[in-house]
Amino acid sequence: MRSGVTTAEKWVLAICALMLVLIIPSLNAFTPEGFFHVSDFSINLYGKYLCYAILAISVDMLWGYTGLLSLGQALFFALGGYMFGMYLMRMIGSLGQYHQPIPDFLVFLGWHNLPPFWRPFSSFSFALMMAFVLPGLVALIFGYLAFRSRIRGVYFSILTQALTYAACLLFFRNNLFMGGNNGFTDFKFLLGYDLRSPATQRALYMVTAVTLVLIFLGCRWLTRTKFGLLQQAIRDSENRVLFSGYAAGNYKLFIFVLCALIAAIGGTLYVPQVGIINPSEMAPEKSLEAVVWVAVGGRGTLIGPIIGAVVVNALKSWTTRAFPDIWLLFLGALFVLVTAFMPKGIVGLPEQFRGLAKRLKAKPLPPPAPHQTPCAEPSQSNPDQHFAKTK
Amino acid sequence: MSAERKEFILTLEGVNKTFDGFKAISDLNFYMDDGELRVIIGPNGAGKSTMLDLVTGRTQPDAGKIEFGKNTDLTRLNEYQISRLGVGRKFQTPSVYIGHTVFENLLLSLKGPRSVFSSLFHRITPKERQRIEEVLAIVGLTERGQWKAGALSHGQKQWLEIGMLLAQDPRLLLVDEPAAGMTDEETFKTGQLLLSLEGKHSIVVIEHDMTFVRQIARKVTVLHQGSVLCEGNVDQVQNDEKVIEVYLGRKHEPKRHL
Repeated sequence: MRSGVTTAEKWVLAICALMLVLIIPSLNAFTPEGFFHVSDFSINLYGKYLCYAILAISVDMLWGYTGLLSLGQALFFALGGYMFGMYLMRMIGSLGQYHQPIPDFLVFLGWHNLPPFWRPFSSFSFALMMAFVLPGLVALIFGYLAFRSRIRGVYFSILTQALTYAACLLFFRNNLFMGGNNGFTDFKFLLGYDLRSPATQRALYMVTAVTLVLIFLGCRWLTRTKFGLLQQAIRDSENRVLFSGYAAGNYKLFIFVLCALIAAIGGTLYVPQVGIINPSEMAPEKSLEAVVWVAVGGRGTLIGPIIGAVVVNALKSWTTRAFPDIWLLFLGALFVLVTAFMPKGIVGLPEQFRGLAKRLKAKPLPPPAPHQTPCAEPSQSNPDQHFAKTK
Repeated sequence: MSAERKEFILTLEGVNKTFDGFKAISDLNFYMDDGELRVIIGPNGAGKSTMLDLVTGRTQPDAGKIEFGKNTDLTRLNEYQISRLGVGRKFQTPSVYIGHTVFENLLLSLKGPRSVFSSLFHRITPKERQRIEEVLAIVGLTERGQWKAGALSHGQKQWLEIGMLLAQDPRLLLVDEPAAGMTDEETFKTGQLLLSLEGKHSIVVIEHDMTFVRQIARKVTVLHQGSVLCEGNVDQVQNDEKVIEVYLGRKHEPKRHL
């Protein structure tokens, strides 16, 4: 898998990155209305997709690469979003509905002063720091307990889901002073820039695109280190790793916290672009959706989750407009179809077609050749069978 | 036999282990010399694999002493700590990293730092490369270095796992049914491989296949109902009445693998 990247593929990736980071925003800023123009609405939508792509990468680094199916990644995404959202709430100032110097929902609850823990969030850098610290801390504590108790497989998935559900219920409560079920919305300014202006949204889109590219490159680097090899070794045979002298739990904890931070970055960028954050963002189904993106795009690859997140969400935008009632059915059907017929997702399709073409072509030929070719490339299907046949 | 008289590589004394009321290991005493190749046989359920689980820290004994070398108590350590002390274990079913190449499998097993931080910035050294080549040669997989481990035959996977143990350079090797599921030819090669390691490492082999046992055995320990029934060379063991009764007497049963 490491040797599989050709120069051509590198160029394709570079062009895609350039497209995301520069060309789409330029089409938004400089072209007149017409075929090539990217509307303000679209660029905002694309920015949202890219935030989801960041979330999807965090799911895949855990699920595809380490074999840890976390159903709680949306929690870290939302926590990052909430922390940054607190800053955005403070930047509304007295421009809210009630024209008070504190957020509207507090006025609504009958408060006259800011709760103490809100105070430091008037600082951009503090809020940004907290957007990392809080999700990181939650992941560290939860991961430490879970991995120390050797919770594995489906039990780990269930626990992560329970965690995000518990947090979701907690954030619904008004007395947490985090906006209750309405969450935060009606943002106005970010670092003095008007969030409603197309230029700010374009800049946010560009920051998101650059961040996504950097996260992609960082994860690419990580998966090629010895750490990355161990990640996949844990996925394939955790006992072997343990009995080879590696404290597998520490490795899992490291990647779990790292992925929580990645998800939190996605959430931090998401909130100013979408303009709202509420507890439904950490509902269990949000995490499940992210798993579907990864499955559709192709798990165990880094480009797969990005493609999956964008494609499924584009599909969602379309379906929810065209057939608003059946979106969930659509999502379920998609998941079933992909797991049944496209085990490697969209990224695996070319290979699947190549395999199919080969089989069709090979039909009239006599039984398999006696010589086994050294296998950098073959035998993705079922290596054991393949070998047994030719032996 | 007294533990003080001689330095043993592995000592189990008065070890007991019960699972849900089933006495898997009962008052087990087992001593093994440094550099020895010991074969453990016994009917299914005799406690062979449980004994390995106890030594490698996968489970803890209810009572008793398990020591590695001189005075290293293994009962309080976990799997990776015990592994780092120099105890390598091969599982009954081959457990190799099927997604990685044979070379990478060995790289991850090589003796060396085990921390998360060191794994992030590890760069393969010429010395490591050389050691991997050596191990590949020992287990006969030189030609297969760049193959995905998942594409190896069952027998080759078993050899790779033995190679992974060797890469750790352990003092004590615990090998659980290495010949399970192998052809006769592969079984014989495995026997030769283990014999060639004798003296360089202390080796415990658990095995069912008596042909294989006869090929490699110096000293055989027979386990029955969680304790040692008898010890000696193959002939002594095979002529022991108790052994014939509990184990060899049933040798015409279909041989069970795995």
